[in-house]
Amino acid sequence: MNVKEKLVILGLGAAAFIAVAALFIVVGYVVINGIGVISWEFLLESPYRFEYGGIFPQIIGSLCLVAVCLLFAVPLGLASAIYLAEYAPDNLITKSVRFFVECLAGIPSIVIGLFGLTFLVYYLDLGICMLSGGLALGFMILPWTVRASEEAIKVVPHSYREASLALGVSKWRTIRSVVLKSAYPGIITGILLGLGKAIGETAVVLLTAGSGLEPFLPKSIFDPVASLPVYVYMIGTKGHTSAAYSRTFGASLVLIAMFLMISIFALYLRNRYTRRMSRG
Amino acid sequence: MNFLERARCCGFKMLDPGTAEKIVETLLFILTLSSILVVLCIIAFMFKEGLPALALGREFFLGMTWYPPNNQFGIVPIVVCSFIVGIGALLIAAIIGIPAAIYLAEYSPDWLRNFIKPCVEMLVGIPSIVLGFFGLVVLVGYIKNTFGGYGECILAGWLILAVMTLPHVISISEDSIRAVPKTYKEASLGLGATQLQTITKVLLPNARSGILTAMVLGMGNAIGETMAVLMVIGNPEIPFIPSSVLDPARVLTSTIVIEIPYAVWGSMHEHALFALGVILFIVVAIFNLITTAVIRKGAKHR
Repeated sequence: MNVKEKLVILGLGAAAFIAVAALFIVVGYVVINGIGVISWEFLLESPYRFEYGGIFPQIIGSLCLVAVCLLFAVPLGLASAIYLAEYAPDNLITKSVRFFVECLAGIPSIVIGLFGLTFLVYYLDLGICMLSGGLALGFMILPWTVRASEEAIKVVPHSYREASLALGVSKWRTIRSVVLKSAYPGIITGILLGLGKAIGETAVVLLTAGSGLEPFLPKSIFDPVASLPVYVYMIGTKGHTSAAYSRTFGASLVLIAMFLMISIFALYLRNRYTRRMSRG
Repeated sequence: MNFLERARCCGFKMLDPGTAEKIVETLLFILTLSSILVVLCIIAFMFKEGLPALALGREFFLGMTWYPPNNQFGIVPIVVCSFIVGIGALLIAAIIGIPAAIYLAEYSPDWLRNFIKPCVEMLVGIPSIVLGFFGLVVLVGYIKNTFGGYGECILAGWLILAVMTLPHVISISEDSIRAVPKTYKEASLGLGATQLQTITKVLLPNARSGILTAMVLGMGNAIGETMAVLMVIGNPEIPFIPSSVLDPARVLTSTIVIEIPYAVWGSMHEHALFALGVILFIVVAIFNLITTAVIRKGAKHR
């Protein structure tokens, strides 16, 4: 290996290093600036006078929104995935379903937010509330749940299905007791990854769920609800004091921590699952 | 999941298995159609709200001034800014991402790859709002002190967006380099070509369509990205076509988020913002269609 080749390798490695460095710089900066403000008061109190107080309603609000989103997207996505993977004949309707799922995945989140604003908030007259925000988030992650579940169902070996069918078990029963049972870690991983996407989403929630600063917990799904990303946006862009900045970093840190927990759990499931599958 | 069992308990005991299976299949099929319904609803409602502004025609599509208080809704500067920001970010992402992908696919030892890959995947997960705030506090201040200007500028938007598109560019490019059949590489090495020559003359040309796909997809993502860009790009009162990378700019997404709270529902301003959404939707859809076409062509080619 000559010098030139070595230099090239060095250059290529440096490029890869930049990508990794970007992650560590951003996360490190947020952690260093945010860790100081984290305390039980910050996590368990409500915000007051714009930039003071804690972020309890924001954390709970984010969780509620994600829950509504999952209640909508998971049953629909799973049903679609089962149909596409197990039943769908190779005809125009199936092809167009796939095409539309791809379309939905490509729509920018701000457009989904606008759609939520006109359709859910004004046309269905739900108002700016938890239900609107959760459903709009659900539209956003629906294609992810469909794709992930379909992939997970497809990797279940055909011999499993054949064994079950040969025992005289009906097709639906086979899907329910055999296919879904072996596919569920994969499905849950996919859903968790979608959830990670939904919890950090700002534009959709900003237009449909609330201003992000509500100091109260929602009493019903028709109440406006605060959420962490929108809180970060509001405090970060409109507050210019050091109190506002440190709280923004604190809230960002909580948001990143939530995301990390979700994805580490998803990766853990995926690893365990692939190990089991490869063992046969 | 226990639909059938419940149905049986509720007095459908006589339901024969064939019919029950049919019912389940139909039910699943109906639920499957929901994705189509959602997309059609999105298209219908976006166009319905945007139509009055789209109907302005030349004034809207070729107008040079966007100034809602005067009822001027010309989108040219906003669209131009969107493309400038998107293309610049993508170039930066490509300059870093493609070499990184080559390194990961060809040179990196396993342990290093097992460290870099998850890091790159995590980068996708940093919420865009957090990245935007980081940009606002760190990057904008740095640019202001080093290069002058307002700090909130196109350059800041490029860098932040490049970080966001980088993971996509790296993983898709790496996959397509790895997808080149091993025999090609072995044949080239067997003929006495160096590894570097093999990469530039054999691997990259064969992985071209995959890398192009990554670019087009990244472009769609970059133009559709909202919060991170919004926070670092400055958003001047009246959008203009920038003359330097240190000028602030206004893109499609940031205009929508900033102005929608002030737009009176039913006014031309609100219709114009939805029309911006329609334009954004169409632009991103075109990029996605190109991607699908390239992938399909690539699949046929092999």
